[in-house]
Amino acid sequence: MDILNALVALLNFVIIPASSYGAQLALGALGVTLIYGILRFSNFAHGDTMAFGTGVTILGTWGLQAMGVSIAPLPTALLALPFGIAVTALLVLGTDRAVYRFYRKKKSDPVILVMVSVGVMFIMNGITRFVIGVDEIQFDDGERFLISAKAFKEATGLAEGLSLRSTQVITVVTAVLVVWALFWFLNSTRTGKSMRAFSDNEDLALLSGINPERVVAVTWIIAAGLATIAGTLYGLDKSFKAFNYFQLLLPIFAAAIVGGLGNPLGAIAGGFIIAFSEVSVTYAFKKVAGYLGPEGWQPDSMLQLLGTEYKFAVSFAILIIVLLFKPTGLFKGKSV
Amino acid sequence: MSFLDASGMTGGYGAADILHGCTLKVEKGQIAVIVGPNGAGKSTAMKAVFGMLRLRGGHVKLDGEDITALSPQERVAKGMGFVPQTHNVFPSMSVEENLEIGAFLRRDDFRPTIDMVYDLFPILRQKRRQPAGELSGGQRQQVAVGRALMTQPKLLMLDEPTAGVSPIVMDELFDRIIEVARTGISILMVEQNARQALEIADMGYVLVQGANRYTDTGAALMADPDVRRTFLGG
Repeated sequence: MDILNALVALLNFVIIPASSYGAQLALGALGVTLIYGILRFSNFAHGDTMAFGTGVTILGTWGLQAMGVSIAPLPTALLALPFGIAVTALLVLGTDRAVYRFYRKKKSDPVILVMVSVGVMFIMNGITRFVIGVDEIQFDDGERFLISAKAFKEATGLAEGLSLRSTQVITVVTAVLVVWALFWFLNSTRTGKSMRAFSDNEDLALLSGINPERVVAVTWIIAAGLATIAGTLYGLDKSFKAFNYFQLLLPIFAAAIVGGLGNPLGAIAGGFIIAFSEVSVTYAFKKVAGYLGPEGWQPDSMLQLLGTEYKFAVSFAILIIVLLFKPTGLFKGKSV
Repeated sequence: MSFLDASGMTGGYGAADILHGCTLKVEKGQIAVIVGPNGAGKSTAMKAVFGMLRLRGGHVKLDGEDITALSPQERVAKGMGFVPQTHNVFPSMSVEENLEIGAFLRRDDFRPTIDMVYDLFPILRQKRRQPAGELSGGQRQQVAVGRALMTQPKLLMLDEPTAGVSPIVMDELFDRIIEVARTGISILMVEQNARQALEIADMGYVLVQGANRYTDTGAALMADPDVRRTFLGG
């Protein structure tokens, strides 16, 4: 029995990575859920909005690096974020003006808007690849580790190493700050309350004198901000590759639906539920079990429920289970 | 000159007209009630007054000003308040937030108006932090009326405020509506519970097939044997 080493292994391979991944999914799902709550459709282009935002942020990062600007030990990308958000906001506002507004005025069915967003997704995907290319890009120039496995082993004398990458901490801290700011905005400001009112009861909001075009514009700007931040954090944590963000769409939607579409709190909970399920189902628990078992014993199998290649199956399975048994999600959301 | 003067209203949603020269008038601080059988166009007449229906004929005047061409939002700014029959609150928002959104167009300090609403509906002060969707039907109607009062309307329009509430709550709601009228606000109300509604009405309009059939004071309509037999069940 070696509980301490087992715990460190669990922390190192499951809890820490899942927390930062969960925070990224939560930010992505928040954007999806906001769009759903206000504009009443599932925005399939959200993943590629993230990719575009991250791409622009990377360009900004390169620009800052070329000028010799640095905020070491933090990654320069954090400084370029406002630039990325601004450009992405302009792009989505332009998209809304050119594409979505037409269908909104026609009062099209949500399913038509979903199809429209699929079209927007392909175009945005193309723009992103055109602007930044299809290669994998590492743009994290900050301090790599807060705690490195080697230093941890030396300091504690444990056999198991614990590494805490700075991007993981930055991800979680940024996510907490962004979520706090978003909830403050929605609950305490006049514009935020008008957005919630519009999401709750559109007709009554109009009767109360709320300007729908303004609510829609503010929603797009916030969604662009959330997408860019989520995408940049994901890119810092892993790496940037335009196609990866398209694949992120599934876990993000799963997170938003599990939590209850249209419910911001649910999106956050959903993000962590999906992330922890995905990581723990695809993690081989052999080592942890070995520490917990009797001295010198090792389980014969890997104790891995699914290979990591199948991680998307986890989101899919959770999505289907929730849609079958609780279509409005764990928190009070709208049904799909 | 009546405070609200909607005369000769003709129009409908599609090609066919629902209203045929319908006329509704409300004096300052008085209660006017629209009653009539199902499908008589009661709610439609009220929606026409509020500008949710395009009129092919007739006009709507508020305080002498012709507002026939204005949108519902613009009419709210002119001093109309409208309480829809259903979906008339923001369910996930607290009672107080519902009232704040009601005052969205106002840029002055609306705290006194919120206090006034709480004085009128004391239960709402107790429940002000609770989401409106978790309240009972009667309490939700109070939130809905309170929300409409937040713009300090001069004319309050209620579309079946007592639909789906118990008789006791209905009596209480009517009492509150009388109180609102006493503050000088004119009230135009559509009601299913014709008998009780006519009892508190200064003016009653009996609509049949989108046209005025009987128009008189509430008491006179209650006394009219024809009206009693046909619309009040004896």
